[in-house]
Amino acid sequence: MAGQVYYEDIQVGDPIPVLRKNCSTLQLVAWAGASGDFYQIHYDVEFARRTGLSNIIVHGALKNAFLGQLLHDWVSPEGRIEKFGCQYRGMDYPDQDIMCSGVITRKYVEGDRHLVELDVWTENPSGQKTSPGTARVSLPSRG
Amino acid sequence: MTESVVTEALRAQLGVDGPETVHEVTSTGCRMFARAVGHTDLVFYDRDAARHRGYRDILAPPGYLGTPVYLPRMAGAVRVGKDLDVPYPRVLNGGTTYEYVEPVCAGDVIVSRTRTTEFQERTGSIGPMLIVFRETTYRRQTDGTVVARMYGNTIHY
Repeated sequence: MAGQVYYEDIQVGDPIPVLRKNCSTLQLVAWAGASGDFYQIHYDVEFARRTGLSNIIVHGALKNAFLGQLLHDWVSPEGRIEKFGCQYRGMDYPDQDIMCSGVITRKYVEGDRHLVELDVWTENPSGQKTSPGTARVSLPSRG
Repeated sequence: MTESVVTEALRAQLGVDGPETVHEVTSTGCRMFARAVGHTDLVFYDRDAARHRGYRDILAPPGYLGTPVYLPRMAGAVRVGKDLDVPYPRVLNGGTTYEYVEPVCAGDVIVSRTRTTEFQERTGSIGPMLIVFRETTYRRQTDGTVVARMYGNTIHY
Protein backbone atom coordinates (compact mmCIF):
# COMPACT_ATOMS: atom_id res chain seq x y z
CA MET A 1 0.00 0.00 0.00
CA ALA A 2 1.26 3.44 -0.96
CA GLY A 3 0.87 6.47 1.33
CA GLN A 4 -2.43 8.13 2.21
CA VAL A 5 -4.43 9.61 -0.68
CA TYR A 6 -6.05 12.97 0.14
CA TYR A 7 -9.16 14.50 -1.40
CA GLU A 8 -7.20 17.44 -2.79
CA ASP A 9 -4.74 15.14 -4.57
CA ILE A 10 -7.17 13.50 -6.96
CA GLN A 11 -9.09 14.68 -10.03
CA VAL A 12 -12.05 13.39 -12.02
CA GLY A 13 -10.70 11.06 -14.70
CA ASP A 14 -7.79 9.83 -12.62
CA PRO A 15 -7.32 6.06 -12.52
CA ILE A 16 -6.55 4.40 -9.20
CA PRO A 17 -3.78 1.78 -8.85
CA VAL A 18 -4.72 -1.51 -10.50
CA LEU A 19 -5.02 -4.65 -8.36
CA ARG A 20 -4.10 -7.90 -10.11
CA LYS A 21 -5.77 -11.05 -8.83
CA ASN A 22 -5.42 -14.63 -10.04
CA CYS A 23 -7.47 -17.31 -8.29
CA SER A 24 -6.16 -20.77 -7.58
CA THR A 25 -8.75 -23.48 -7.01
CA LEU A 26 -7.55 -23.39 -3.39
CA GLN A 27 -8.64 -19.77 -3.15
CA LEU A 28 -12.10 -20.64 -4.51
CA VAL A 29 -12.49 -23.33 -1.85
CA ALA A 30 -11.32 -20.92 0.85
CA TRP A 31 -13.89 -18.40 -0.43
CA ALA A 32 -16.66 -21.03 -0.44
CA GLY A 33 -15.96 -21.69 3.24
CA ALA A 34 -15.61 -18.05 4.21
CA SER A 35 -18.68 -16.84 2.33
CA GLY A 36 -20.92 -19.88 2.81
CA ASP A 37 -21.52 -20.19 -0.95
CA PHE A 38 -21.05 -23.91 -1.53
CA TYR A 39 -22.50 -24.08 -5.06
CA GLN A 40 -20.45 -26.82 -6.76
CA ILE A 41 -19.89 -24.94 -10.05
CA HIS A 42 -17.12 -23.12 -8.17
CA TYR A 43 -14.99 -26.15 -7.16
CA ASP A 44 -16.28 -29.38 -8.77
CA VAL A 45 -15.21 -29.55 -12.43
CA GLU A 46 -17.50 -32.48 -13.31
CA PHE A 47 -20.47 -30.73 -11.74
CA ALA A 48 -19.65 -27.51 -13.57
CA ARG A 49 -19.40 -29.35 -16.92
CA ARG A 50 -22.76 -31.05 -16.37
CA THR A 51 -24.32 -27.59 -16.13
CA GLY A 52 -22.80 -26.65 -19.49
CA LEU A 53 -19.76 -24.71 -18.27
CA SER A 54 -16.31 -25.42 -19.69
CA ASN A 55 -14.63 -25.22 -16.27
CA ILE A 56 -15.29 -24.13 -12.72
CA ILE A 57 -15.90 -20.39 -12.48
CA VAL A 58 -14.88 -17.70 -10.00
CA HIS A 59 -17.69 -16.63 -7.63
CA GLY A 60 -19.20 -13.29 -8.64
CA ALA A 61 -19.21 -12.23 -4.99
CA LEU A 62 -15.47 -12.92 -4.77
CA LYS A 63 -14.86 -10.55 -7.69
CA ASN A 64 -17.00 -8.00 -5.89
CA ALA A 65 -14.84 -8.53 -2.79
CA PHE A 66 -11.73 -7.97 -4.96
CA LEU A 67 -13.20 -4.58 -5.89
CA GLY A 68 -13.63 -4.02 -2.14
CA GLN A 69 -9.92 -4.77 -1.68
CA LEU A 70 -9.01 -2.46 -4.57
CA LEU A 71 -10.90 0.40 -2.91
CA HIS A 72 -9.84 -0.38 0.65
CA ASP A 73 -6.15 -0.43 -0.27
CA TRP A 74 -6.52 2.85 -2.16
CA VAL A 75 -8.30 4.83 0.60
CA SER A 76 -6.43 3.36 3.59
CA PRO A 77 -5.56 4.04 6.27
CA GLU A 78 -7.80 7.08 6.85
CA GLY A 79 -10.41 6.85 4.08
CA ARG A 80 -13.55 4.74 4.21
CA ILE A 81 -15.53 2.78 1.65
CA GLU A 82 -19.12 4.02 1.83
CA LYS A 83 -20.64 2.05 -1.03
CA PHE A 84 -19.42 -0.38 -3.65
CA GLY A 85 -20.83 -3.03 -5.90
CA CYS A 86 -20.94 -4.51 -9.37
CA GLN A 87 -22.98 -6.44 -11.87
CA TYR A 88 -21.94 -10.00 -12.69
CA ARG A 89 -21.78 -9.79 -16.49
CA GLY A 90 -19.16 -12.34 -17.49
CA MET A 91 -17.37 -15.38 -16.17
CA ASP A 92 -13.81 -15.61 -14.91
CA TYR A 93 -11.85 -18.82 -14.49
CA PRO A 94 -9.15 -20.01 -12.08
CA ASP A 95 -5.51 -19.43 -12.99
CA GLN A 96 -6.35 -16.42 -15.18
CA ASP A 97 -5.60 -12.81 -14.32
CA ILE A 98 -8.47 -10.72 -13.04
CA MET A 99 -7.43 -7.08 -13.26
CA CYS A 100 -9.34 -4.82 -10.87
CA SER A 101 -9.48 -1.15 -11.85
CA GLY A 102 -11.18 2.11 -11.02
CA VAL A 103 -11.55 5.62 -12.44
CA ILE A 104 -12.75 8.69 -10.54
CA THR A 105 -16.03 10.03 -11.93
CA ARG A 106 -16.99 12.70 -9.38
CA LYS A 107 -15.67 14.47 -6.27
CA TYR A 108 -17.71 16.64 -3.94
CA VAL A 109 -18.04 17.79 -0.35
CA GLU A 110 -21.15 16.97 1.66
CA GLY A 111 -21.19 18.36 5.19
CA ASP A 112 -17.78 17.41 6.56
CA ARG A 113 -17.39 14.42 4.25
CA HIS A 114 -15.05 14.58 1.27
CA LEU A 115 -16.58 12.14 -1.18
CA VAL A 116 -15.32 10.51 -4.33
CA GLU A 117 -17.32 8.42 -6.77
CA LEU A 118 -15.72 5.92 -9.09
CA ASP A 119 -16.43 3.46 -11.85
CA VAL A 120 -14.83 0.15 -10.89
CA TRP A 121 -14.56 -3.13 -12.76
CA THR A 122 -12.80 -6.43 -13.16
CA GLU A 123 -11.34 -7.32 -16.53
CA ASN A 124 -10.49 -10.73 -17.99
CA PRO A 125 -7.43 -11.52 -20.18
CA SER A 126 -9.49 -10.73 -23.32
CA GLY A 127 -10.10 -7.20 -22.05
CA GLN A 128 -13.79 -7.74 -21.28
CA LYS A 129 -15.23 -6.03 -18.21
CA THR A 130 -16.75 -9.03 -16.45
CA SER A 131 -17.90 -7.14 -13.33
CA PRO A 132 -18.63 -3.46 -13.99
CA GLY A 133 -19.68 -1.44 -10.97
CA THR A 134 -19.57 1.82 -9.08
CA ALA A 135 -18.32 2.99 -5.69
CA ARG A 136 -18.38 5.92 -3.28
CA VAL A 137 -15.57 6.50 -0.79
CA SER A 138 -14.68 9.24 1.65
CA LEU A 139 -11.13 10.56 1.78
CA PRO A 140 -9.33 12.67 4.36
CA SER A 141 -8.82 16.33 3.48
CA ARG A 142 -5.61 18.34 3.82
CA GLY A 143 -7.86 21.27 4.76
CA MET B 1 -43.60 -9.43 -25.54
CA THR B 2 -44.67 -12.60 -23.79
CA GLU B 3 -47.35 -12.57 -21.14
CA SER B 4 -46.26 -11.22 -17.75
CA VAL B 5 -45.11 -13.77 -15.19
CA VAL B 6 -45.52 -11.30 -12.35
CA THR B 7 -48.68 -12.64 -10.71
CA GLU B 8 -50.75 -10.87 -8.08
CA ALA B 9 -49.16 -13.16 -5.49
CA LEU B 10 -45.67 -12.07 -6.56
CA ARG B 11 -46.65 -8.42 -6.72
CA ALA B 12 -48.05 -8.68 -3.19
CA GLN B 13 -44.51 -9.45 -1.95
CA LEU B 14 -43.15 -6.10 -3.08
CA GLY B 15 -41.93 -4.04 -0.15
CA VAL B 16 -42.70 -6.73 2.42
CA ASP B 17 -39.86 -7.48 4.84
CA GLY B 18 -38.87 -11.15 4.93
CA PRO B 19 -37.91 -13.07 8.08
CA GLU B 20 -34.99 -12.03 10.25
CA THR B 21 -31.60 -13.65 9.81
CA VAL B 22 -29.00 -13.37 12.58
CA HIS B 23 -25.35 -12.99 11.52
CA GLU B 24 -22.38 -13.23 13.88
CA VAL B 25 -19.35 -11.11 13.02
CA THR B 26 -16.50 -13.01 14.68
CA SER B 27 -12.77 -12.36 14.62
CA THR B 28 -12.27 -15.77 13.01
CA GLY B 29 -14.95 -15.04 10.41
CA CYS B 30 -13.29 -11.71 9.55
CA ARG B 31 -9.90 -13.38 9.18
CA MET B 32 -11.25 -16.25 7.07
CA PHE B 33 -13.01 -13.83 4.73
CA ALA B 34 -10.03 -11.47 4.48
CA ARG B 35 -7.67 -14.39 3.88
CA ALA B 36 -9.92 -15.86 1.18
CA VAL B 37 -9.93 -12.51 -0.65
CA GLY B 38 -6.19 -11.99 -0.18
CA HIS B 39 -6.33 -8.86 1.97
CA THR B 40 -2.97 -7.83 3.44
CA ASP B 41 -4.13 -5.00 5.74
CA LEU B 42 -3.76 -6.10 9.38
CA VAL B 43 -6.90 -4.14 10.27
CA PHE B 44 -8.84 -7.27 9.15
CA TYR B 45 -6.71 -9.68 11.18
CA ASP B 46 -5.31 -8.10 14.32
CA ARG B 47 -7.25 -6.43 17.14
CA ASP B 48 -4.43 -4.12 18.19
CA ALA B 49 -3.90 -2.96 14.59
CA ALA B 50 -7.63 -2.28 14.26
CA ARG B 51 -7.82 -0.36 17.56
CA HIS B 52 -4.75 1.64 16.61
CA ARG B 53 -6.73 2.77 13.54
CA GLY B 54 -9.73 3.80 15.64
CA TYR B 55 -11.95 0.75 15.25
CA ARG B 56 -13.64 -1.01 18.18
CA ASP B 57 -12.22 -4.37 17.13
CA ILE B 58 -11.06 -6.23 14.01
CA LEU B 59 -12.76 -4.58 11.01
CA ALA B 60 -15.04 -6.75 8.90
CA PRO B 61 -13.63 -6.76 5.35
CA PRO B 62 -15.70 -5.12 2.57
CA GLY B 63 -18.58 -7.42 1.66
CA TYR B 64 -18.51 -9.37 4.94
CA LEU B 65 -21.50 -8.75 7.17
CA GLY B 66 -21.11 -11.78 9.41
CA THR B 67 -21.90 -15.45 9.11
CA PRO B 68 -25.57 -16.51 9.39
CA VAL B 69 -26.15 -18.62 12.48
CA TYR B 70 -26.68 -22.21 11.38
CA LEU B 71 -28.59 -24.86 13.30
CA PRO B 72 -28.81 -28.47 12.07
CA ARG B 73 -32.60 -28.54 12.15
CA MET B 74 -32.89 -25.52 9.89
CA ALA B 75 -34.03 -26.03 6.34
CA GLY B 76 -31.09 -26.04 3.95
CA ALA B 77 -29.83 -22.61 3.04
CA VAL B 78 -32.13 -21.05 0.47
CA ARG B 79 -30.14 -20.50 -2.70
CA VAL B 80 -30.11 -16.92 -3.79
CA GLY B 81 -33.19 -16.11 -5.84
CA LYS B 82 -35.04 -19.30 -4.90
CA ASP B 83 -37.19 -17.65 -2.25
CA LEU B 84 -39.86 -16.51 -4.72
CA ASP B 85 -42.27 -18.62 -6.77
CA VAL B 86 -41.03 -17.65 -10.23
CA PRO B 87 -41.94 -19.80 -13.27
CA TYR B 88 -38.39 -19.95 -14.65
CA PRO B 89 -36.10 -22.87 -13.78
CA ARG B 90 -32.73 -21.08 -13.86
CA VAL B 91 -31.39 -18.24 -11.80
CA LEU B 92 -28.24 -16.13 -11.99
CA ASN B 93 -26.97 -13.70 -9.39
CA GLY B 94 -27.05 -10.44 -11.33
CA GLY B 95 -25.09 -8.19 -9.01
CA THR B 96 -24.57 -6.91 -5.51
CA THR B 97 -23.94 -3.49 -3.98
CA TYR B 98 -23.02 -2.85 -0.34
CA GLU B 99 -23.64 0.45 1.39
CA TYR B 100 -22.01 1.04 4.78
CA VAL B 101 -23.56 3.36 7.31
CA GLU B 102 -21.17 2.44 10.14
CA PRO B 103 -18.09 0.24 10.39
CA VAL B 104 -18.87 -3.41 11.16
CA CYS B 105 -16.43 -5.03 13.59
CA ALA B 106 -15.74 -8.40 15.19
CA GLY B 107 -18.09 -8.93 18.11
CA ASP B 108 -21.09 -7.38 16.37
CA VAL B 109 -24.26 -9.42 16.03
CA ILE B 110 -26.32 -8.28 13.07
CA VAL B 111 -29.96 -8.90 12.21
CA SER B 112 -30.90 -8.66 8.55
CA ARG B 113 -34.21 -8.52 6.72
CA THR B 114 -34.67 -8.64 2.96
CA ARG B 115 -37.48 -7.27 0.85
CA THR B 116 -38.21 -7.39 -2.85
CA THR B 117 -38.30 -3.90 -4.29
CA GLU B 118 -38.93 -4.30 -8.03
CA PHE B 119 -39.66 -6.75 -10.83
CA GLN B 120 -38.43 -6.10 -14.36
CA GLU B 121 -39.38 -8.28 -17.31
CA ARG B 122 -37.12 -8.28 -20.35
CA THR B 123 -36.33 -10.40 -23.37
CA GLY B 124 -32.63 -10.86 -24.02
CA SER B 125 -30.26 -13.21 -25.81
CA ILE B 126 -31.21 -15.98 -23.37
CA GLY B 127 -34.93 -15.44 -23.98
CA PRO B 128 -37.55 -13.96 -21.67
CA MET B 129 -36.32 -13.19 -18.18
CA LEU B 130 -37.50 -11.76 -14.91
CA ILE B 131 -35.10 -9.58 -12.92
CA VAL B 132 -35.88 -9.38 -9.22
CA PHE B 133 -34.39 -6.49 -7.22
CA ARG B 134 -33.95 -6.85 -3.46
CA GLU B 135 -32.80 -4.69 -0.59
CA THR B 136 -31.44 -6.11 2.66
CA THR B 137 -31.10 -3.97 5.77
CA TYR B 138 -28.53 -4.94 8.42
CA ARG B 139 -29.05 -3.73 12.00
CA ARG B 140 -26.80 -4.14 15.02
CA GLN B 141 -28.71 -6.38 17.42
CA THR B 142 -27.73 -4.50 20.59
CA ASP B 143 -29.18 -1.11 19.63
CA GLY B 144 -31.02 -1.57 16.33
CA THR B 145 -28.70 0.83 14.48
CA VAL B 146 -28.67 0.31 10.72
CA VAL B 147 -25.04 -0.48 9.89
CA ALA B 148 -25.34 -1.48 6.23
CA ARG B 149 -27.64 -2.13 3.31
CA MET B 150 -27.23 -4.53 0.44
CA TYR B 151 -28.85 -4.09 -2.95
CA GLY B 152 -28.93 -7.15 -5.17
CA ASN B 153 -30.68 -8.59 -8.16
CA THR B 154 -31.28 -12.07 -9.51
CA ILE B 155 -32.01 -12.95 -13.13
CA HIS B 156 -34.58 -15.72 -13.67
CA TYR B 157 -34.86 -17.29 -17.13
